[in-house]
Amino acid sequence: MTMDIELTVNGEHVRESVEPRMSLADFLRERLQLTGTHLGCEMGACGACLVLLGGKPVHACLVLAVQAAGETVETIEGLSESGAIADLQAAFHDRNALQCGFCTTGMMVNAHALLGDNPAPERAEIRDALSGNYCRCTGYEAIVDAIDATARKRASDVEAPA
Amino acid sequence: MTLQDTNTAAARAPHIGQAHRRQTARRHLAGRGRFVSDIVLPRMLHAAFVRSPMARGRIVEIDTRDAEQSPGVVRVFTARDLNPSCKPWTGTLDHFASMVSAPQNILAEEEVLWAGHPVAMVLARTRAEAEDACELVMLDIEEGEACVDGHAALSGDAPRAAPGLDSNLCFQTVLETMAVDAAFAGAAHVVEGDFTFGRHTAVTLEPRSVVADFDAASEQLTVHHGTQTPYQFQDIYARHFGLSESRVRVIAPDVGGSFGMKLHLYNEEMAAVAASLKLGRPVKFVADRLESFVSDIHARDHKVSARMALDAEGTILAMEVDDMTQIGAFSTYPRTSVAEGNQVVRLMGAPYRMPDYRGRLSVVFQNKVQTSQYRAVGHPIACAVTEALVDKAAARLGVDPFEIRARNVVPDDAYPFVSATGYSFEKLSHEACLAKLRDLMDYDALRAEQAALRERGIYRGIGIAPFVEITNPGAAFYGVGGARISAQDGAVVRLTPSGEVQCAISVTEQGQGTETIISQIVADQLGVAPEQVKVTTGDTDTTPSGGATWACRGAGIGGETALRAGRKLQGQILALAGQILQSDPADLALADGHVVDAQSGTRRMPLAEIGRIATYRPDTLPEAADNSLTAAEHFAPSGYPFDFTNGIQASLVEVDVETGIVRLLKHWVVEDCGRIINPLLVDEQIRGGVVQGLGPALFEECLYDETGQMTNASLADYLVPMACEMPDIVIGHVETPTNDTILGAKGVGEAGTAAAGVAALNAVNDALSPFKAEIRQTPMTPLRILAALGHV
Repeated sequence: MTMDIELTVNGEHVRESVEPRMSLADFLRERLQLTGTHLGCEMGACGACLVLLGGKPVHACLVLAVQAAGETVETIEGLSESGAIADLQAAFHDRNALQCGFCTTGMMVNAHALLGDNPAPERAEIRDALSGNYCRCTGYEAIVDAIDATARKRASDVEAPA
Repeated sequence: MTLQDTNTAAARAPHIGQAHRRQTARRHLAGRGRFVSDIVLPRMLHAAFVRSPMARGRIVEIDTRDAEQSPGVVRVFTARDLNPSCKPWTGTLDHFASMVSAPQNILAEEEVLWAGHPVAMVLARTRAEAEDACELVMLDIEEGEACVDGHAALSGDAPRAAPGLDSNLCFQTVLETMAVDAAFAGAAHVVEGDFTFGRHTAVTLEPRSVVADFDAASEQLTVHHGTQTPYQFQDIYARHFGLSESRVRVIAPDVGGSFGMKLHLYNEEMAAVAASLKLGRPVKFVADRLESFVSDIHARDHKVSARMALDAEGTILAMEVDDMTQIGAFSTYPRTSVAEGNQVVRLMGAPYRMPDYRGRLSVVFQNKVQTSQYRAVGHPIACAVTEALVDKAAARLGVDPFEIRARNVVPDDAYPFVSATGYSFEKLSHEACLAKLRDLMDYDALRAEQAALRERGIYRGIGIAPFVEITNPGAAFYGVGGARISAQDGAVVRLTPSGEVQCAISVTEQGQGTETIISQIVADQLGVAPEQVKVTTGDTDTTPSGGATWACRGAGIGGETALRAGRKLQGQILALAGQILQSDPADLALADGHVVDAQSGTRRMPLAEIGRIATYRPDTLPEAADNSLTAAEHFAPSGYPFDFTNGIQASLVEVDVETGIVRLLKHWVVEDCGRIINPLLVDEQIRGGVVQGLGPALFEECLYDETGQMTNASLADYLVPMACEMPDIVIGHVETPTNDTILGAKGVGEAGTAAAGVAALNAVNDALSPFKAEIRQTPMTPLRILAALGHV
């Protein structure tokens, strides 16, 4: 049995027929070839599969594709191509806040959502916010630094408009 | 660039030593990484495995009929179908004298030997359909008695962990100096302890992944394999499946973490290859996290009894150590499961002048997942035992932890030095590192703060731990034991017709920045910017053969290979330029993308012009001119068997003595990895390594029950260190280049992991010292700390 769903993914209208058991992560990766959404645990622990559903970060491995019907989904590919996270990407690059890159896309989605909710987080708040994103390579400090630097840069850009 | 600049050392090597960013990182930041788990090929099948639910048993029957009828299923294989196509593998090496291990093959034949042992393989159009069909395979296994505990497994009447074993002892060795008994007999102080180091596992964020693709028409096997060591697997697939090596191509694209775990041979990867050979279709296997926990190698699992003898002044006289390590039902292939314990007993007391030593190692089989080499092989265990005993001795003598170490480290002017365990150290810098750490952490102020807080019932602890790390291994590691694992690496560097540079090299990239440092090194040999050097790695068809990236050899050996290849190409370019310009090549140099006058720095011709003439107008060159503009170089380390590095770490913790919870407040590392090629990347290797040492010290443990079932085999139950639990890590450097190579670089990837855990252990014990409590088991869970405090 399959169900027809329609949704908007990275600004594009999508219509597909899916099994009810298909996760949103598998849907994005297998049907839409949006392989920037990664699967690390498939139980909502590691954060590698975070995407924005209706503007809020969710574990794409814990959401069924059919639950996303009628919704708006943004993945790392969409956030990257729209320029919404260009400064975060630059800060991660400058600070070498990634190594193997597998956790990185979920980390970016979460960091983007964090700075949307709290534009000036303390370091401890950044560390707390990232605690649903496992990283095995970096030890986290560079990631915290990169998010911290982005928040400061955004604040100073607002204070000193061109 | 001014004339003066051109003649400075920095101008000759302007990029080595600089914090260049990783260009490849930008793909990952845009979600454009290409991992094996992302690969989809036409007609590809997905594999899932039926695994043994019990640790030990005899297979009575496997009924696959219902599974074969399940929707989407193409084939179901058991041992009878797949194993005959594969020559069995045995995880022994000759230099570990008299070690034993049973032969292994793809799927369990008559007996299952650990909970998770693959028994049947289902191939279907989707992974979900393959998993559905696994549920329909009827498995009748008669449960047998499992060996779970290593000490019990060594008793004479214990059941054997695998068929054909005379005993459960895989390997035993004793190292000893002549006077060790006399040293203990004459010692003023003897400190001792029994230590337990739990099992943990790599938890790479990308699980193990493979896509095997056999094309019968061309007899070509291509394996997309998330591994550190593509050449090792090319050799294994060719030999074990009887294929021509040149028709086996292994490609390791982006690899989502490895840490030593992805260089071992696993049943599932062999099954994917065997199935693809049988079906002539691509076969994909990506471990899900639950199967990672019961099939990826585990690490450590040691029980150590140790004692240390000291004279009245606190000089270390000797250590005696007995390490029992438990490795599962088999020794892993092709590197064995003995290397870990072997390094444990050889690294004991490594920073110190300690003249005498006895180390006994027993490697024991049991019915659990195999253990084997993982980041910092053996180092954390040797370092923990040594440094915990040094702290005990300091407490016994009433000497500060810095002072007792200062009295005992091998002095910086005493090299070369041979340790009591037989390691030769070219040049280390313990004294400089001790002094630098003390300043970096403002030790005296921290002690004052600790004392003040203790008055208020806040228990902080400070722990320090010097370490020695093995890097740049030669053939002594594996090659001498008969393993077909390369100790050399190869690079091909060429100048393109447009005057840009390409370097294909055998060392591999898993995010540590291998490609970036290679581009920096090559750039400096050819007078170009690193961005103009395109580096290719991870493909046995397009890069020269070599050992790849493990045991901290990428920078030191791979970097030297690149340097020598770059210099060879430099010579070719200058010779050609000399002919074109009618100059003596010795008077020419390369800088800023040009052939320049070596003395004045004046530009003579751009590299693009060299490329153009050599490629499109070779007719204008003298008859014998070499216009290949391509240089190959292979390099194997000679001189010292290993280039040892050293450093020291410190941890500041706060222990809540009511709950047993440890908070990591700060961590410091002073490290000496020789010549630093890229400080940004070196520091991040250290930080990542530290956290992989702190994880198993406080959180990570593969827990088993008495029947051999792993009881926390999911990411909801197995504790991976999180951002909120980890401290900021302050890093300092001392640079002592090795003279074994031109580059002078040593490894750094394992330094952080080597000593972070014991720095934290010593810090916790320092915090607990007012209660006369002590912990000697990792991970230091709240319950174990409360037990040490006598609260539970």
